Amino acid sequence: MSAVLADMPETVAPATSKAIAPSRGGRPWTFYVLAALFTLYVIALYGPMFCIYVLSFQDIRGGLVFPMKGHSMHWFVDLFTQVRTGDVKGSFDRSIKLAVIVTVITVVVSFLAGLGFRKRFRGDTFVFYMMIGSLVAPGLVLGLGTGLLFQALGLNASWYSSALGAQLSWTLPFGVLVMFAVMSRFNHVWEEAAYDLGASRWQSIRLVMIPVLAPGLVAVALFGFTLSYDEFARSLQTAGSLNTLPLEIWSMTLNVTSPSLYALGTVTTIVSFVVIGASLGSIVLIQKKRGSSAKG
Amino acid sequence: MQPSSSPAQTSPRANLAGWLYVSPLVLVLVPFFVAPILVVLAASFFATDGFGGLTPGFTLASYVEVLHSALTLKLYLATIKFTVLTWVFTLIIGFFVAYFLVFHVRNQLLAIGLFLLCTVPFWTSNIIRMISWIPLLGKEGLINQALLAVGVIHQPLEVLLFSDLAVVIAYVHQLTIFMIVPIFNSMARIDKKLIEAAIDAGASRFDIMRLIVVPMSKSGIALGTIFVVSIVMGDFFVVKVMSGGGSASVVSAFYEDVGVLQYPTAAASAVLLTLVLVAIVSLILRTVDIRQEITR
Repeated sequence: MSAVLADMPETVAPATSKAIAPSRGGRPWTFYVLAALFTLYVIALYGPMFCIYVLSFQDIRGGLVFPMKGHSMHWFVDLFTQVRTGDVKGSFDRSIKLAVIVTVITVVVSFLAGLGFRKRFRGDTFVFYMMIGSLVAPGLVLGLGTGLLFQALGLNASWYSSALGAQLSWTLPFGVLVMFAVMSRFNHVWEEAAYDLGASRWQSIRLVMIPVLAPGLVAVALFGFTLSYDEFARSLQTAGSLNTLPLEIWSMTLNVTSPSLYALGTVTTIVSFVVIGASLGSIVLIQKKRGSSAKG
Repeated sequence: MQPSSSPAQTSPRANLAGWLYVSPLVLVLVPFFVAPILVVLAASFFATDGFGGLTPGFTLASYVEVLHSALTLKLYLATIKFTVLTWVFTLIIGFFVAYFLVFHVRNQLLAIGLFLLCTVPFWTSNIIRMISWIPLLGKEGLINQALLAVGVIHQPLEVLLFSDLAVVIAYVHQLTIFMIVPIFNSMARIDKKLIEAAIDAGASRFDIMRLIVVPMSKSGIALGTIFVVSIVMGDFFVVKVMSGGGSASVVSAFYEDVGVLQYPTAAASAVLLTLVLVAIVSLILRTVDIRQEITR
């Protein structure tokens, strides 16, 4: 699934340089039906999320449903000051740190694996299916296995050891699949030209491949960060005594019935949107810069 | 990815280089995917003292217990019901949304923009997106309020939230994206000349859909199906929260077992579920070469 996302701006263009049949004349009736379906889908996609953002800005009388009761930042303050809602600030910190570590490892390991998978080698199919297995295996089961494994080895489960590994088993397959899509569009002529000019393998990677593949690497980082930051099932049995943010949200859904829950939803979604915006923005920026320097 | 020689013809040097590149990936997947699966497999054969203590040994007692329990059949039927319903709805919505974007939106940039609009929620928290249905579907939620106001109903509907309906709504809301992306990817690769030719040869739009678009999107549908089926079958928190505890699936029962430290029973049930999943996924994989699909 990741394939398209990664290099959207460059891939689709050659495939569908001309719009779509029937490319001339009026719209058939199906256009209007499908446009309505699409609109409904987008409304259903964003509508509920929008509701909880709005409801999180109620004042102290606020409840879990409409109508809005006043407006204030009360529940945001409540979220970070009240003890009964748990250690939101601590888990927030941990989740961000963990996501950054996961992102760095995911980008490096996926890039190397992407390089490796460009040529066939003995056992490549085995590694590939191991990766697909890691992607589709039920997260809770894997998490339990990891937890039991740490227990059997006498290691303490914690967010920076067992949960880190458990999350990587989820982010790496996505990262490598995105790399596949990115690499398949890499023109090997550039790499060979670098070799012909006397570049070493490391120089060709550093000076040719990484700059050319930069948008794809940003996409891998986006997957790494957001999938780790929101990861829940695999972390549940592996995070040890200190919660990550999704685990904190999970325990809140079970016992908090105030708009604090929505306030937390608003805060964590803002973080996600900032990360998504920064990633997509930098991809567009890189592409644009490239476009202008190619012309100049 | 370059079409290259089969692995059998690769040189020892190429094999070594390949393995060097993927070694970091393997070093993560072995301890955090392969080992945990083996641990769960081993635990399923162990005996338990009922308090979380495991006695190494080999007994099939847990399997006998799981297979003999009437509950198991019920859990699988519930899981299959959720999976099939979710699959049907995500497929229909996903197919037509992708079709609309590829074949009806004439402006390339607009199509990419709308596509990204559909994918952004994928990078935000699943749990938050799930609980965001509460203000809509609840007994005092927006939908009930609206229906009461219009006069369609006189008592608020209680089946909207904390029911099987709510579970399916939450799944479809979260997972349609996993259908849209791979189907969009396949459809975007269909050569538009093919469709122009079909129109010139007198094909109706229905014929084009039946004879060109559907067959050529098959691999995307297969990929999306793998994602949707494996996520629904491996899920527990949507079932737990959205059904209000009223319904259970295989993995949510596994979660309860782990909660009361019934590790061997939980492990046996997990092993069975994994076998079922592997069978389904490999059946789907027979119809599509996923590696080719991603890298083509």
